[in-house]
Amino acid sequence: MEDQIIHLASLAVKAIFIDNILLAYFLGMCSFLACSKKIDTAVGLGLAVVVVLTITAPANWLIYEFFLKKGALTWLGGSRFADVDLSFLKLISFIGVIAAMVQIVEMVLDRFSQKLYAALGIFLPLITVNCAILGSSLFMVEREYNFPESIVFGFGSGVGWALAIISLASIRQKLRYSNIPPGLRGLGITFLITGLMSLGFMCFQGIQLGNPAG
Amino acid sequence: MATLIDKIPGLAQLSKKDREIVVDPLWDNNPITLQVLGICSALAVTTKVQPALVMSAALVFVLTMSNVVISVLRNYIPSKVRMIVELAVISSLVIIIDEFLKAFLFDVAKELSVFVSLIVTNCIVMGRAEAYAMANGPFRSALDGIGNALGYGVILLLVASGREILGGGTWFGLPVVPQFVYDAGYVNVGLMLLPPGAFILLGLIIWVQRSISGKVID
Repeated sequence: MEDQIIHLASLAVKAIFIDNILLAYFLGMCSFLACSKKIDTAVGLGLAVVVVLTITAPANWLIYEFFLKKGALTWLGGSRFADVDLSFLKLISFIGVIAAMVQIVEMVLDRFSQKLYAALGIFLPLITVNCAILGSSLFMVEREYNFPESIVFGFGSGVGWALAIISLASIRQKLRYSNIPPGLRGLGITFLITGLMSLGFMCFQGIQLGNPAG
Repeated sequence: MATLIDKIPGLAQLSKKDREIVVDPLWDNNPITLQVLGICSALAVTTKVQPALVMSAALVFVLTMSNVVISVLRNYIPSKVRMIVELAVISSLVIIIDEFLKAFLFDVAKELSVFVSLIVTNCIVMGRAEAYAMANGPFRSALDGIGNALGYGVILLLVASGREILGGGTWFGLPVVPQFVYDAGYVNVGLMLLPPGAFILLGLIIWVQRSISGKVID
């Protein structure tokens, strides 16, 4: 049991710092670049991504495990379905699940927490096409995580992404008064800063909680 | 550059307007450096030139086809559900190309891992469908798709060439840095193969590209 917790904590640290979904895998760049001019916006979008990722990763895990994987349909009855492999449908079903989940989160927030809805509402539709969300579901399948792992991985990836966008937004806010060469303004300097941030995050490489062998 | 393009066969037959649709996104209105679309995959698949080339080819297929299909359907798609319809069209096309790569180019498909699938959420495809194909006829939409996908490919290949040459001393798997340079003490820049190298190189390319094309966006 204790081993299991350490293993999950280690996975979370890995997803947040070492394999940061943005700085190491470049996922979610579009909204990262577009919405990082102000800290408030960055915090809102970051939170929305954490919420949606934590929900969609396990939801997609269930879909994949019980519907799409090879032989996953055996629970429908007997050996007739043992050879059915629907995994080629994972892309389209993941996108569907993500779009539906985003819609549900939006409706729930609207109903139960007006304040949070006002803060996150405008970002939620943007998230459907954020590659970080789809990307982590695909990574989850590729790396064969189990159910608890998928929750931790989704949460960790979201926190990592939020961390990256909030730090970038704080740097860009300071940069507003700097004299940057014209061609480098906007996108160019943002990339250079992201490069340096990514370099900084590489220092986390090699961190391992608990017994490395276990 | 315009005179050079006039000499390309096939393109010469097109009207001036059509030609502009193809040529404009290659440099003056490049999807990556100026429209800021589709950056995610541009960075992830560029450690070597070969996967970058395959990725660009996949995008040419998906973008052209999705533009054509959506343009043909544009009068029948209710505007309220257009996002879903666009996503469905795009993801079906991506599934086709993904399965194709797995069947015929398995090694490259392994290397590209999830990034072929992520063409679905590549903003270029959605962006062009929304901005162009929903308002124009199929032929011009096809040209727009080809142009934008090639513009994406140009930057992808530039980044990939830079990373492979500086980071590995090879280009397309062939050694390009001569031995005497290594003998003189030159060492491959390993950083270029790591994520920070991609960010910094793309930042520099954007700087150069924007300075040359004279377009500055804040």
